[in-house]
Amino acid sequence: MAEKIYDKQNPAYYALLVALVVMAVGPILMMLMTSLKLNVDIMSSTSSLFFMPTIRNYETALCDFLWYEAAHIDYCDKTFGRALVNSLIIALVSTVLTLVIGCMAAYALVRFRFMGRDTVSLSTLTMRMVPPAVLLVPVFGIWTFQFQIDGTRAGIILVYVAMNLPFVIWILQSFIVQVPIQLEEAARMDGAGPFQVFFLVVLPLIKPGLAAAAIFTFRVAWNEFLLANALADRNSRTVPVTIVNSITEFDIDWGVIMATGMLLAIPPIIFTFVASRQIITGMTAGAVKG
Amino acid sequence: MQTANVNRLTPYLFLAPAAVIMAVALLYPIGYMVYASFLDWNPSQRIGEAEFVGLRNYINLLGDASFRESFWVTMKFAMVVVSLEMFLGVGLALLLDRNIRGMSVLRTLFILPMMIAPIVVGLMWRYMYHPTVGIFNRTLKSMGFDPIPWLSDGNWAFASVVIADVWQWTPFIFILSLAALQSLPQSAMEAAKIDGATGWQQIIHIKLPLMMPVLIVTLLLRLIDAFKVLEVILVLTNGGPGLSTEILSLRISRTASEFRELGEAAAMSNYLLILLMILTFAMFLYNKAVELRAARLRKAAEEDL
Repeated sequence: MAEKIYDKQNPAYYALLVALVVMAVGPILMMLMTSLKLNVDIMSSTSSLFFMPTIRNYETALCDFLWYEAAHIDYCDKTFGRALVNSLIIALVSTVLTLVIGCMAAYALVRFRFMGRDTVSLSTLTMRMVPPAVLLVPVFGIWTFQFQIDGTRAGIILVYVAMNLPFVIWILQSFIVQVPIQLEEAARMDGAGPFQVFFLVVLPLIKPGLAAAAIFTFRVAWNEFLLANALADRNSRTVPVTIVNSITEFDIDWGVIMATGMLLAIPPIIFTFVASRQIITGMTAGAVKG
Repeated sequence: MQTANVNRLTPYLFLAPAAVIMAVALLYPIGYMVYASFLDWNPSQRIGEAEFVGLRNYINLLGDASFRESFWVTMKFAMVVVSLEMFLGVGLALLLDRNIRGMSVLRTLFILPMMIAPIVVGLMWRYMYHPTVGIFNRTLKSMGFDPIPWLSDGNWAFASVVIADVWQWTPFIFILSLAALQSLPQSAMEAAKIDGATGWQQIIHIKLPLMMPVLIVTLLLRLIDAFKVLEVILVLTNGGPGLSTEILSLRISRTASEFRELGEAAAMSNYLLILLMILTFAMFLYNKAVELRAARLRKAAEEDL
């Protein structure tokens, strides 16, 4: 397999490929370019390809993290910086929690034959279909009046963990099924308890599944807007919420808003390049196995 | 004795955290929503103080012209978007399914639009649709055409929202159908080639029928997701102009936050949920049917031997 033979294709085929790549990546590049422009350049009517790149918009957005004084900032608006910290904390904590809890549940469902696989996949599917908009009213009501955790990061994390668990359990199940039971039995013979077997034998073997699950969970928690908007207060707002808040009907500061958008887009873009294979595994598993 | 106990309890210990969290933060809210849909409730009240009004919210909604309008917009959006994406995605997969260098790079680039936050997708497209500085109108102007009112005219706004969604989600269909294509049995393909089937005949009589199970599941998954789209439209048009792009999810969130009618929003959520439930159930039944059929065929094949 090392020497793969590639078919020769006609030029039209490659032209189509190039057109598709431009279409897929073009809007993202345009956002990147706009974020590197001054507003004068954005509004000018001349060609948009040639301009002096500047990081001023990023400086404006991240002003409270700067270790130097940027000359063009008169007043530092800390909203975005705070939101970035919130987003990072919320996304990371909820990813870790979802993975740990989901992993344990998936393991129990597979190894101890709790419920049939059918029950689990039906409930996963049912949960997958629930739109965040449907959770909006009840989660707002319960979080505010009963749990009184509205406006805290913990409250937002709790919803995200619950929202992601069904998918994570279900995808990890399909990986755990493939771990040979003999391996676990051998470990048990050597005197390992159930927790040791799980953490030292099973977990290392399902790393690819964990990676896929982690990326999907992180993506949901990092990108989600609606519930965060309903639950967060001034101090726990996440980046998507601040972006939407700063879009007003008129007079949008395109340079800065594109810079914040770019900052929000960077982590998912990095994941895509690092782990595209795991992402595709996760996606195809979702459809091919139902 | 101690260890035996631990062993018996292990499955419950492993399952407990997940069960508790899902019960508290997923099932309970959904039950709560069903209850709230029978109430006349505004956000400043506790739920206990809200008045019980029976089915009034549901009946009001049925008579509400703007709810019916946004239900229709949602259906139209989902249908248009999903059929366009299926057509383009499957078409591209059939076209690009060749053995070429760099296919994995291509797939990686195609996933990008799906991974980026919907909010950001909305932002990018809003910039491109911008009446004066956006690239579309700039290009049109430099070629001497009139600018198009992308987001300020009802019909164009709907089209713009559809275009943005097609950009974001066609890759999903493309990647799934490509995976399906590449796992087709080579023997069938070769047999067809030997029998002298043309490219089109191969596609219509062999590839598409063999891909069908995956395609149908993909279609249903995408359809379910199409009903969940919210952020892109929120950023692009916020439902306007008029109600031309106000899909149900958006209307739910506006009913809750702007009109402060939590009961009505809950009833609306229930309508949406019922619709999605029917779709999901259809998908599950289809999966079961396919499995049964496969099992029957396998059994028949064994009996033949």
